[in-house]
Amino acid sequence: MQHRMSFGRKVFVAGNYAFLVALSLLCLLPLIQVLSISFSSSAAASAGLVKLLPVDLTLSSYKYILQKQEFISSFGITLQRLVLGFVINMGLSLLCAYPLSKERKDLRIRSYYAWFFVFTILFSGGLIPTYMVISMTGLIDTIWALVIPSAVSVFNVILLLNFFRGLPKEIEESAFMDGAGHWLVLRKMYVPMSYPVLATVSLFTMVFHWNAWFDGLIYMNFPKNYPLSTYLQLLVINSNPMKMDPKNLAGILEISERTTRAAQIFLGALPILIVYPFLQKFFVKGIVLGSVKG
Amino acid sequence: MNMKKTKRELPLHLMLVPGVLILLIYCYYPMVGFVIAFQKFIPINGLFGSDWIGFGNFRYVLQMPDIWQVLGNTVFIASMKILLGLAVPILVAVLLNELKHVLIKRGVQTLIYLPHFLSWVILGGVLVDILSPSEGIINQLLNAVGMDSIFFLGSNKWFPAVLIFSDVWKEFGFSTIVFLAAITGINPSLYEAAIVDGANHTRQAWHITLPGMVPVIVLMATLSLGNVLNAGFDQVFNLYSPSVYQSGDILDTLIYRIGLLDAQFGVATAIGLFKSFVSFVLITISYFLAYRLVNYRIF
Repeated sequence: MQHRMSFGRKVFVAGNYAFLVALSLLCLLPLIQVLSISFSSSAAASAGLVKLLPVDLTLSSYKYILQKQEFISSFGITLQRLVLGFVINMGLSLLCAYPLSKERKDLRIRSYYAWFFVFTILFSGGLIPTYMVISMTGLIDTIWALVIPSAVSVFNVILLLNFFRGLPKEIEESAFMDGAGHWLVLRKMYVPMSYPVLATVSLFTMVFHWNAWFDGLIYMNFPKNYPLSTYLQLLVINSNPMKMDPKNLAGILEISERTTRAAQIFLGALPILIVYPFLQKFFVKGIVLGSVKG
Repeated sequence: MNMKKTKRELPLHLMLVPGVLILLIYCYYPMVGFVIAFQKFIPINGLFGSDWIGFGNFRYVLQMPDIWQVLGNTVFIASMKILLGLAVPILVAVLLNELKHVLIKRGVQTLIYLPHFLSWVILGGVLVDILSPSEGIINQLLNAVGMDSIFFLGSNKWFPAVLIFSDVWKEFGFSTIVFLAAITGINPSLYEAAIVDGANHTRQAWHITLPGMVPVIVLMATLSLGNVLNAGFDQVFNLYSPSVYQSGDILDTLIYRIGLLDAQFGVATAIGLFKSFVSFVLITISYFLAYRLVNYRIF
């Protein structure tokens, strides 16, 4: 039918391309603008000369940030959090998803377990009681406050277990015939067969830990324990002059002028911008297989 | 026989032990903490040591001058996000499906998913910069066409709109995946039959693509029902300031201020309990509807 395109159809196709390309630029341009500001001189930035490309290209804001002790140390905390959080989250998600993916005949009280997990998405204790439990268990001001309470992501478990259910049963049954146990089957068969969904869940887990800032803010009493996102939150958002009391304004303006703020925003987003293109082709597949059935 | 079965199940139970323990401690135990909504809570006395005051905290909340305003903001902002957050991805998925050029299609997809993966700290920073009345690019553009600057984040007239549009902007690409997947699942022979019957592209979209998406649309719509009291803490917290409390304060930000800043634990927990309870009822209804309407199960 392609060879007989009517005039109206041609207009629609062209308009559609233009619209969708514009829409995707709309998702990118705000980021590029801030990126350009970070590479511009502060004079050009505050004069409002930076449109889409940097003006008076300079790395001075990045130099300034990267020599700041707080930035380096909060980056260290975030790396620690990423490694610990990633290992714990992925390990526990696999351990929970495997049994939950079994049928009733293999795990008789499966549905009780399943509701036990799902109920935590439906109902939660809320901010204050959760804070008190975390403080009671002695996690305040330790890295564990950032990785233990969120160690089981029920959403990721559901993605994994839905994928596991789609795997062919015959392979597993033959392994059991040969005397393999559940642990071996999980390690040697399920994990290798699940790369698309594992890539998806890995991306989600890493993004979660990189982006999380609120737990750092409330569970850490000392700024030296803040992960990078919390540090950025305080610096970029809370010290934003637009939101400040006029009497504090003068002091703040010196340490956080526009280019430095922009550079910090960009550094905060950088790791995600780097891993995203590699993993995004997996997550479309992983999400679709995991969440939309049939 | 039964013993044998139990033994075979043992490794499965063992695998679940760590996960179950963590949920018990950090998700279920805090639910016990809801008792402090009914207490004049003093932290040193422990969970059950403070004086019980029945619904005193709830009565106090009902008498707070801003509570109805905050509840109204929450429901309004959340509903608008839900509505636009459904409509935009449906439209984009249908239009994206019409693109024949694979590279452009993939490029568009990659870019529109991107904001979903950035946090509201980052995007809040970006918005604060581009929306700034003095140096932001948006106001520069407005000035260039002869309009006055708008203080988007400082004006009660504009703030809710900023919240709604920036949320849709962040999330529409990600939701589009689900609708695109639904379109991919439509039987191609339906289109062939329609073409034989002389249906043009608009008619195909109207009579095949959209009806084919209905189950997923119903599913997403019902599931989002549970979010009517979730107007987005991260976003609001990173964008608001005292000057826009009137239009932008939501239940979650109010709980944060009352609970963690003013240390009125009982009152904050009472609001939290109200929110959790209503959300729970709504989510239960929506799962029930999703199950009845499109036979959806969580797993």
